Amino acid sequence: MNNLTIKNARKLFVDKKISSHDLVKYYLERIDKYDNKLNSYLTVNEKALEKSRNICKPPDKNKPLLGIPIAIKDIFLSKKLRTTAASKLLDDYVPMYSATVVERLENAGAIILGKTNLDAWCHGSSTETSDYGPTLNPWNSRHLSGGSSGGSAAAVSADLCTAAIGTETAGSVRGPAAWCGVVGFKPTYGRVSRYGVIAMGSSLDSPGPITKSVEDASLLLRIIAGKDEYDATTSDISVDNYLNELKKKRKNLRIAFAKNYLLKNMDDRAKKAIIDTTKVFKKIGAEVREIITLDPRYAIGVYTIIQRSEVSSNLSRFDGIRFGKDRNYFGQEAKRRIMLGTFTLSSGYQDKYYKKAQKVRTLFINDFKRIFENFDLIITPTMPGPAPKIGATKNQAMFGEMADILSEAPSIAGLPSISVPCGFVDGLPIGLSIIGPQFSEKVILKAAYLYERFTDWKNFKPNLENL
Amino acid sequence: MKVIKKLNPTIGMETHVELRTKSKMFCGCPADHFGKPPNTQTCPVCLGLPGALPVPNKKAVEWTIILGLALNCKINKVSKFDRKHYFYPDLPKGYQISQYDEPLCSEGYLDTKEGRIRITRVHLEEDTGKLQHRKVDGKNVTLIDFNRSGVALVEIVTEPDIKTGTQAKEYTQKLQNIIRYLEISDCDMEKGSMRLEANISWGLDLGYKVEVKNLNSFRFVDKAINYELERQKRLIIKGITPKQETRGWNETENKTYSQRIKEVASDYRYFPEPDIPPMKFSTPYIKSLKSYIPLLPDDYLKIFVNNYKIRKDYAEILSVRKNVAKFSEIIFEKGKKINLSPQLIANYLINQKIIPDEEKISDLLTKISRINNKNTDDINLLNEWADAAINKLPDAVKDYKKGRKNAVFALVGLVMNISKGKANPRKVKEIIEAKIDKV
Repeated sequence: MNNLTIKNARKLFVDKKISSHDLVKYYLERIDKYDNKLNSYLTVNEKALEKSRNICKPPDKNKPLLGIPIAIKDIFLSKKLRTTAASKLLDDYVPMYSATVVERLENAGAIILGKTNLDAWCHGSSTETSDYGPTLNPWNSRHLSGGSSGGSAAAVSADLCTAAIGTETAGSVRGPAAWCGVVGFKPTYGRVSRYGVIAMGSSLDSPGPITKSVEDASLLLRIIAGKDEYDATTSDISVDNYLNELKKKRKNLRIAFAKNYLLKNMDDRAKKAIIDTTKVFKKIGAEVREIITLDPRYAIGVYTIIQRSEVSSNLSRFDGIRFGKDRNYFGQEAKRRIMLGTFTLSSGYQDKYYKKAQKVRTLFINDFKRIFENFDLIITPTMPGPAPKIGATKNQAMFGEMADILSEAPSIAGLPSISVPCGFVDGLPIGLSIIGPQFSEKVILKAAYLYERFTDWKNFKPNLENL
Repeated sequence: MKVIKKLNPTIGMETHVELRTKSKMFCGCPADHFGKPPNTQTCPVCLGLPGALPVPNKKAVEWTIILGLALNCKINKVSKFDRKHYFYPDLPKGYQISQYDEPLCSEGYLDTKEGRIRITRVHLEEDTGKLQHRKVDGKNVTLIDFNRSGVALVEIVTEPDIKTGTQAKEYTQKLQNIIRYLEISDCDMEKGSMRLEANISWGLDLGYKVEVKNLNSFRFVDKAINYELERQKRLIIKGITPKQETRGWNETENKTYSQRIKEVASDYRYFPEPDIPPMKFSTPYIKSLKSYIPLLPDDYLKIFVNNYKIRKDYAEILSVRKNVAKFSEIIFEKGKKINLSPQLIANYLINQKIIPDEEKISDLLTKISRINNKNTDDINLLNEWADAAINKLPDAVKDYKKGRKNAVFALVGLVMNISKGKANPRKVKEIIEAKIDKV
């Protein structure tokens, strides 16, 4: 049962080697054993075991995830299952409805194993802003798991679930996936419904899978993607069968290597690991050329202003009248973001900040358009380096924005991107980001799949006995 | 001492109208909330629960455009929703989804007897919940009913072109008639589906305006505006600039009263609603919506006056309601065929307060023609007709005077003609004979 992907678990179910019940029990035991230290789950679903007991069929076409235990970032509402956004303000909040993503997973037969830790309200890139303490990195417990979907990435990495779901505004799926050595996919904005996801940056939020393999990411994405009548920003472009697409032949990829994403202050070993990936792509027949993009550092300001503005608006519903707890329960980071966003939207400052940010956002969109005229994909490092130590965010109000510098530009352009493991620095994993134009999910997944097959990074697993 | 320039009454109206769409503006909950048990028509969206997202109601958007077209507005090809932030317990999200700088419709007008009123904009937004101040277990508490939360609300804003209370009254009445013609709202002020606010001052250059709310009848609009203009004028004459404030109307004392002083304009921190993509409308689409606009009150007024020669005041009464106007036109046409004049029918419809019912048209026409044919004994009318006949046929009068008594029948015949057969011939004969004998 060790480190099962969805694909392998399905096979074992079909072959009747193990049951869903066995698998759920296995994870619950592991959670019991390791998660006190790791802190990847905020809530374990008490009904998971009972639910798995009632499953007597193997997964099939209609229920491709039947019996598969999945962990969900605690920003997705789950009916009758506590949902906190990692904020004490919602400490005892039990939703009356489920997010579309949760519903789609459950309709596909998945068992929600539990709700995973995150930066409170997704505000951060470390899980250190969680009111329930940070999630540690399974590879080295003195290091961060990343964020905001740190709990999901750590749970997948530590084999405390088969796969997980996270959300990303800029780097929140890919970042922790990179730091925990797993696959993280951030789809095109509007590809996956945001309905029932506690909103952070509404024009950026994108739910996505965090998995042990590109195949699993492809399978999960297909299930959660697509038009949702409850989310007006979802696209009605049809959803591909990404898993089948992986096996299909396609013409050689033209890949742009964004050279200016190798920042000056980046660790040389991390740089080298990324440069090495270009060699892999060349070997598998891709055409790789260096390009210079619009400086990603400009994206920090744009992203910060847009996201903070939206945060200040989105959190105003927690006005102390409902949900049981008042605004004193907002943590420092949430308060800071509300203040900054309120300022950038104030009359007299809107033009200077919010509107200007939207203009620069357009510049980024156009810059990517320009690149994709000649290339299918862009590759960059996911993060500037491996996971920093616990406590790194202390007194660093802009830690997240700096850590996510490489994700912000593609995110504000609404682009899809995957992070796949591409090496280690000091025993900590690092990730490669593959970015494509909007709705190019299948091309990205194909490239990631080819890379993954050609390398053996995914065979490395953390040793939890050393936690 | 401040030099007082010429003072101009400067009044603008803001009117909110709840659309009678089946479902609410951004969710599938029923929009008909009046008198329903509290919080029975709610869902995650209109309760503003975490994660819930608004999906705009297409019908409401269409109806707003149709209203804009009926008010001679420009329909904007691109429009969007914005978030308007303020804190109030009846506003569950902490912001209202409204429209800021790109409303669906703008730059229209509505004509009144006292002049044209320019319409600044017609935009779409969502209604709020309702607070109920109650006593529960001996404690004063405030309860919130979210049934109304998220109901589609149209706001119609005018330029400050209105000069008098009567003009404001006429404007709002006409607006109500048009909206009812379009059948997009019942505009019931008692139920709150039409809400009126007036912004009143003696000139934009004076640097203040007073907003009067809770005007739940047209009469109150007229009265409150007159009261406010007087109140403000007294202050200005004394050299005091009236306070910028919101006032309410006290209908028992016939006075406005201060509700809230607005020293600084509130900062609503408007920004484009990221949960709803911008809306784009093509010219053919807008044209297709135009075809939904029926004949409006002013169209009927013209038809009645010009085509049917109805007295203007009667034509106005008959064009207020669509069913009455439509019915009137049909009955006028049918009446014409049996030689009943439209004015005659109009008199009957209005005097007898006839309820429109197409099935009863032939009954009605029979009734009207019977009354019409019945000989009239109205002495004034008979005198009038007799005089006219005597003037027209002097020869007959001479003959009669010469002793040819039969000549009177020529005169009686003429009266019958003039009266379209309504006159009582025996009476007419007596009157004419008496008149000639007197001379």
